[in-house]
Amino acid sequence: MSAAPQMPQQQSLYYFVPQMVEKGTTLLKRMEISVAEAEKRTGKNAVSMQETYTVYLIETRAVDAASEGANPAPDSLWRRYSEFELLRNYLLVTYPFVVVPPLPEKRAEFVWHKLSADNMDPDFVERRRVGLENFLLRVASHPVLSNDNIFYSFLTQEQSWKEVVFETGFQAKADSRLKALNATFRVKNPDKRFAEMKHYGDELQSVISQLLRVRARVADRLYGVYKVHGNYGRVFSEWSAIEKEMGDGLQSAGHHMDAYAASVDDILEEEEHYADQLKEYLFYTEALRAVCRKHELCQFELEMAAQDLTSKKQQREELATGTVRTFSLKGMTSKLFGQETPEQREAKLKTLETQIEDGEEMVKEKNAECEEFVKNAWVDIERFKEQKDRDLKEALISYAIMQISMCKKGIQVWSNAKECFSKM
Amino acid sequence: MMSGTVVDSSSPTAAAPDDISGSVLELDEDEDLEVFSKDTNFMDGSSLNTSMQTSPGSMVNQYKFEEEEEQSDTKDIFVTVDNPESHVTAIETFITYRVLTKTTRSEFDSSEYEVRRRYQDFFWLKCKLEEAHPTLIVPPLPEKFVMKGMVERFNNDFIETRKKALHKFLNRIADHPILSCSEDFKVFLTAQAWELASHKKQGPGFLSRMGDTVRAVAATVRGVRNRPEEFNAIQDYVEAFSQKMTSMDKITQRIIKEQKEYLEEMKECGPIYTLWSGSEEELVEPLKMMASCLDRCCRDSEEHTQYLSSNLLPILHEYVLSTETLKAVLRRRDNIQAEFEAKNEALATKKTDSEALKEEIDKLEDKLEWANNTLKGDWSRWQKSMRSDLKAAFTYTAEKNMEYYEKCLAVWESFLLSQRTEASEGGDRDES
Repeated sequence: MSAAPQMPQQQSLYYFVPQMVEKGTTLLKRMEISVAEAEKRTGKNAVSMQETYTVYLIETRAVDAASEGANPAPDSLWRRYSEFELLRNYLLVTYPFVVVPPLPEKRAEFVWHKLSADNMDPDFVERRRVGLENFLLRVASHPVLSNDNIFYSFLTQEQSWKEVVFETGFQAKADSRLKALNATFRVKNPDKRFAEMKHYGDELQSVISQLLRVRARVADRLYGVYKVHGNYGRVFSEWSAIEKEMGDGLQSAGHHMDAYAASVDDILEEEEHYADQLKEYLFYTEALRAVCRKHELCQFELEMAAQDLTSKKQQREELATGTVRTFSLKGMTSKLFGQETPEQREAKLKTLETQIEDGEEMVKEKNAECEEFVKNAWVDIERFKEQKDRDLKEALISYAIMQISMCKKGIQVWSNAKECFSKM
Repeated sequence: MMSGTVVDSSSPTAAAPDDISGSVLELDEDEDLEVFSKDTNFMDGSSLNTSMQTSPGSMVNQYKFEEEEEQSDTKDIFVTVDNPESHVTAIETFITYRVLTKTTRSEFDSSEYEVRRRYQDFFWLKCKLEEAHPTLIVPPLPEKFVMKGMVERFNNDFIETRKKALHKFLNRIADHPILSCSEDFKVFLTAQAWELASHKKQGPGFLSRMGDTVRAVAATVRGVRNRPEEFNAIQDYVEAFSQKMTSMDKITQRIIKEQKEYLEEMKECGPIYTLWSGSEEELVEPLKMMASCLDRCCRDSEEHTQYLSSNLLPILHEYVLSTETLKAVLRRRDNIQAEFEAKNEALATKKTDSEALKEEIDKLEDKLEWANNTLKGDWSRWQKSMRSDLKAAFTYTAEKNMEYYEKCLAVWESFLLSQRTEASEGGDRDES
């Protein structure tokens, strides 16, 4: 069991979420949250097989306590990735109009050759720890999600949290929703804004995926360029042995070439953070698309209900006036096999009336649902857009800062090398 | 003021190069005096044979190697190679290069010459120089053939690289105190095509050259018995240096390759950011700026890689080739010594005809002494050149690397500046 190297809490808090702490009454205002550590565990799983997994330590502390300078020990509990997934699924189902923050990737993707794609690799675990913390901070600062009790117990209740989640019955809702979402359906009057949002989500996903793929290849190449310079170091060193005047200069230049070759590791590690920031928004596009899809579903159900009501009303009319306006099998069969008795008609009409009443209720309901959904969703989408613009701009700026740092290192090394050469 | 011709009746002439003995002596009075007052200068650390000091000819010879450095500002012959042109005949296609010479040397009838030469002609010149000066280090020629990578002979890069190497070749000869006085060199620079062809036909015939070769091979087979330690040291050095240069050449080629591949991938980034900006509203400006910055960095990278290809790599490659020359020179010196030793041994065993043999041996001894001295002198010269060339090349490479990073730094700083300006215009923001 080895703990992954910790990032100092201060750094992790500010690295990902420089501006995201919202004002207002979100949980984050009252509580410090961090994912402080990661550890490997082995245990028996549901089918009694031995498995190795990683657990993450969630630490929480009331803000007031900390600011008073008392600095009490934080409360803490351990959670697995699967529990984070459970939490997220619950939030997705319970707040369908919210663009729910994504979890860090389950498996390492868009890797370049040096990074291991292994889930147990310490670098991967570390980056996942940071990603999980980021997830919690985003939820805790969300105006709607942060007030959720299940979320609060996730952070504070070590025992039986899972049971509590299942008790909410969200699973059933999740299953039916999932079925509906996966089915193909067409909406007659798609809401233009949501259609545009969905389209945007698709474009953003495509563009970020491309960027991440290219970035991985660029990282690979950059690694190659730097590392080959290490060979200069080796040859200079060997060569210096046979030279008199040039010996010292070559030898020390060789050291700088080695330093140059070694510097690429840090450079690429920093670049990985930029990739992680992009990845978060790549996964966000899924959440965005989910909201649009759920709206479509709402809209579809409304349309279905309205359609159903209309057809029922039509049937009533036909029955009442005896005219068959549109072709119906019933009409045909009654023509063929004789009209119904007045009693039968009466019974039918009554049923229809009830159905129509119910139908009208249904339509009203669905309409209200839709309206409510649209209202809430659009608020969250606007919030998401602002967050996205802020965060991505910060990401671009931090990328530029990284590049500047890399250039400065390069200038330093070659300036040192140049001095050595001039002494040759 | 010329860099040096030597006419020396006291110097051994058995192997005296034809061109030197035929040239005009142009030492003026002052120079003569300087020779004898510069006592410290030409005892320049290189171990001199005591016998060498007694012969004024060899003293002057040595002097010339020192003198050459001080006269680098007073170069009196300038040669350029440019303007490659393709010629197609029924039998073959070949490239000629324009060779332009500007000189104030009196042995040249005119001060400017323009001729066209093909690789064959350069090769002929090299062979003649080696023939005439077996123990001088003749500058290397670019390779005759390029085997690897199926590089087409008439590919632009290939021609450009070869042209530069040929330019270097002629300039090194022009800078060499002895080689630049070669008659063959003069003919190469000045003769029209038919004149050159006719000149080429002169000289020791095929049979006599065969004779030389046979003797040389025989000597090689026999081997040298008592190679002086200093030449062993040179041999060892050349061996090691050759390996290092080959490595340096390979590494540099690899770096260029990696950088080119890096550039290929980087080039794809900018367009993606531009594409992305098409979907955004608030982020349009920063994304477009990113794309622009990345494109600029790509251009900088391209320039940098171009520098490595056209400057660092050729000089490294030239020194790889020159080690072959060095090895050949050492071999030829060894052969002379071997021949001398063989004759000496023969003398010890032979009773009859010893007078003629003794005379032969004396000549060989002088020849050997001459060979050793010229080699040592030229070796010292070569080493200085090598140090100075490589130091300059590496220093300049470091500067170019710094330049590349400085350019990129400026690009990204301009990005930050543009974002901060936007930010300060857009309201208060906390930029970290």
